[in-house]
Amino acid sequence: MSEENRMTAVSLREKRAQKATTVVGILAAISLVATVWLGLFITPPDEFMGNLVRLLYIHPPIAWVMFIAYGVSFLSTLLYLWPRTRDLRFDRLAGASSEVGVLFTGLTLISGSIWGRPTWGTWWTWDPLLTTTALLFVMYLGYLALRQLPGDPDVRAKRSAVGGLIAFIDVPIVYFSVLWWKSLHQAPTVLDPTTGKTYIHGSMAYTLLLGFVAFTLLFIYLLAKRYRLAGLKDVYERLSLQEAIEERKLEATAGQSAYENAVSAYGPKDELVGQNSFLEKAGSESEIPLYPSHSSQNNLSIRAQNIRGEII
Amino acid sequence: MWRDAFLIMQKDLNIELKSKVVFNQVIPFGLVVILLFGLAIGKFDSSSLSTVGGNLSDAGLLKDASAGLFWMAVTLSAVIGVQRSFAIETQDQARDALRLSALDPAGIFLGKAGALLVELAVLESVLALCAIFLFGMQIAVFWLFLAASCLATIALSAVGVIYGALASGARTRETLLPLLFFPVIAPVLLSATKACEAAIVGQPSSGMIWIEVLAVFSLCYIALGVAAFGSLLEE
Amino acid sequence: MDCVIDFQNAVFVADGFPVIAGVDMRVMGGEVIHLRGANGAGKTSLLRALVGLIQIKSGRAIVLGHDLADDRFSVRKDVGLLGHRTFLYDDLTVLDNLRFVQKIARQPKTSLERSLDKVHITSRLLSTRVSQLSTGQRKKTALAALLIRDYKMWLLDEPHAGLDESGRILVDQLILDFQSTKGTVIIASHELDRAMSISTRSMVISGGSIPAGVTRDEAKIVLAAPVDEVDCRYDILTADTDSYPLSSNKSDRGGSVDVA
Repeated sequence: MSEENRMTAVSLREKRAQKATTVVGILAAISLVATVWLGLFITPPDEFMGNLVRLLYIHPPIAWVMFIAYGVSFLSTLLYLWPRTRDLRFDRLAGASSEVGVLFTGLTLISGSIWGRPTWGTWWTWDPLLTTTALLFVMYLGYLALRQLPGDPDVRAKRSAVGGLIAFIDVPIVYFSVLWWKSLHQAPTVLDPTTGKTYIHGSMAYTLLLGFVAFTLLFIYLLAKRYRLAGLKDVYERLSLQEAIEERKLEATAGQSAYENAVSAYGPKDELVGQNSFLEKAGSESEIPLYPSHSSQNNLSIRAQNIRGEII
Repeated sequence: MWRDAFLIMQKDLNIELKSKVVFNQVIPFGLVVILLFGLAIGKFDSSSLSTVGGNLSDAGLLKDASAGLFWMAVTLSAVIGVQRSFAIETQDQARDALRLSALDPAGIFLGKAGALLVELAVLESVLALCAIFLFGMQIAVFWLFLAASCLATIALSAVGVIYGALASGARTRETLLPLLFFPVIAPVLLSATKACEAAIVGQPSSGMIWIEVLAVFSLCYIALGVAAFGSLLEE
Repeated sequence: MDCVIDFQNAVFVADGFPVIAGVDMRVMGGEVIHLRGANGAGKTSLLRALVGLIQIKSGRAIVLGHDLADDRFSVRKDVGLLGHRTFLYDDLTVLDNLRFVQKIARQPKTSLERSLDKVHITSRLLSTRVSQLSTGQRKKTALAALLIRDYKMWLLDEPHAGLDESGRILVDQLILDFQSTKGTVIIASHELDRAMSISTRSMVISGGSIPAGVTRDEAKIVLAAPVDEVDCRYDILTADTDSYPLSSNKSDRGGSVDVA
């Protein structure tokens, strides 16, 4: 009974989580559409940037989601590594969050380039932030590849955690080294588009705020979906393992009698083993027990056929 | 831990002495890379040929980029060195032997990194000579160059051995290792290049910050390797 | 006699596959177990599980007092595995390989000399690189490496395969010697007559489970019996002739030994 209760409780919680995810998804869709509508049609063009300012409602929120995603990933990696909070759920969360993070890093780079081309006159510049973001992108692609490697869930989780840690330690080092590199040669003149010269009007501020809300909701929705998928994959693996164990046990009973029959039919004769036992002969030394060759080619193949036949 | 590290290092270097794979394959690969860089970005200005007895060098761009190209060649060869270092362990399932040996994993990490360090140091001295002769690289402040090289080599071997172990359990290790290794090693490449440029230009003060970056990087990854190598080997 | 291996419904999983799917087995110190079974039955996996290379999923597995569920590492000091692969470094000579083993095992130099004497490795062979050895010579080298270490249990996977007649006799001799020093040996082998002649008991593994050579219920009965009273050098399943045809000879062999 209690087991049943527990099961219903789990499935209830599952259902509730599902419903919440759907609600978040719908809200994300609505707010995204609203952001696009406000951004494209309602807000005025900027004094200096003209229509280009409309990218303001997309690019910073995407970059913000990217930071949140990696933050969540790093925190859950730490929680997994910490022995007291070690739980495969944190590993799944770290994986799901990095997947979303990589997606949004790609989007950040693309939207930034699109914005950069008309404003700075170049698609790309070796600015610390840009360079770090690009390296972050490839580093976490590697991390995701590492996560795909087969292995037991615990082994996989531990391996991924170390991989994630390596990547994360690298981020500040990359950032500061590129910053110093640049500051030695030229002042970072470009970037920081959110603040600075752009003066934000009332409707623009609201739209930007809505953009942040919309993309954060989208992040939560995607994260929840990927997390659930990862969990289902684990459940699937566990169930198929259970099945495999049962199958293997069946194989055991069938295979054993087949093997025994084959051995008793074509294997060594009992008396041979009894008489020539090395154990007994070892004392009387010198004599080497010689065995009749059961294993002529012909005999072997019959034996093999027999075993196969019995198993099938 | 230190005794185990020494044993593993001795074993790896012994294998290298016997098999000479790094010497016969990895170092020549580095030379090939250096030559290819020369072909790819070397500019041959025929007008400079006319100045008889004057400067015949056609390596202007190469000379400017020599520090970067040198470190790029080292990094590319290093990944092959890492692969070799773990090919030793995966042949005949010796990796299992390492696990069964009941050696301290931290010792195994330090030993393998130490052996790789020695191999890379030899590689670097050969490639540096090539860069000096082929690219016209001139080092004004030698100690800075040496310090940067030492620290960068430590960083390369530490990260290399961690990722080598991480990837060595996978069937796709040959393709996975470079993808993991290169992005993480980016700050080492940058810092080593900038420090060496400072050494070439003769401004040790501007190189110091890079020495610090390299030192921090090395320390971080050595600590990580010592702490986490056990769980990487155990798959 | 103390129980050195105690498995109860042990399940081991490697790469998502249940290589060992519920094994019940109990082995006493000093036994020589012949492990039999068809290809893919899980012989090699069982040996790898015993030395802590595979992760336990469920059940109970204690080897030489080390609980594999808690700690898969400490058992490796006491148990030696000789697999299909010989765990040798191809580029080093035989002597270098053995020296490396001796050093990592923290054994004195004499242990190396002793093991060389026992395995009859010639000085010419010592200075040969492992990559140039034949299969049999490799196996001999691996045996020497096994002897250097101070193991309490040997797990031998097809120890006779690839060896010539004198090599096979040598293997048998080494096993018997080791047994006489209270060592436990598990031999996975297809060479039934050879392995039978030196083993004290035989187990059949099939589908990664029940290596007792009997059905599960019978195994339980046997295991429930006070083990101390049974001389483990010989098969405890003497009476069970129907489901276990090969054991019929055991009554002959067992006759000379007092089963309390």
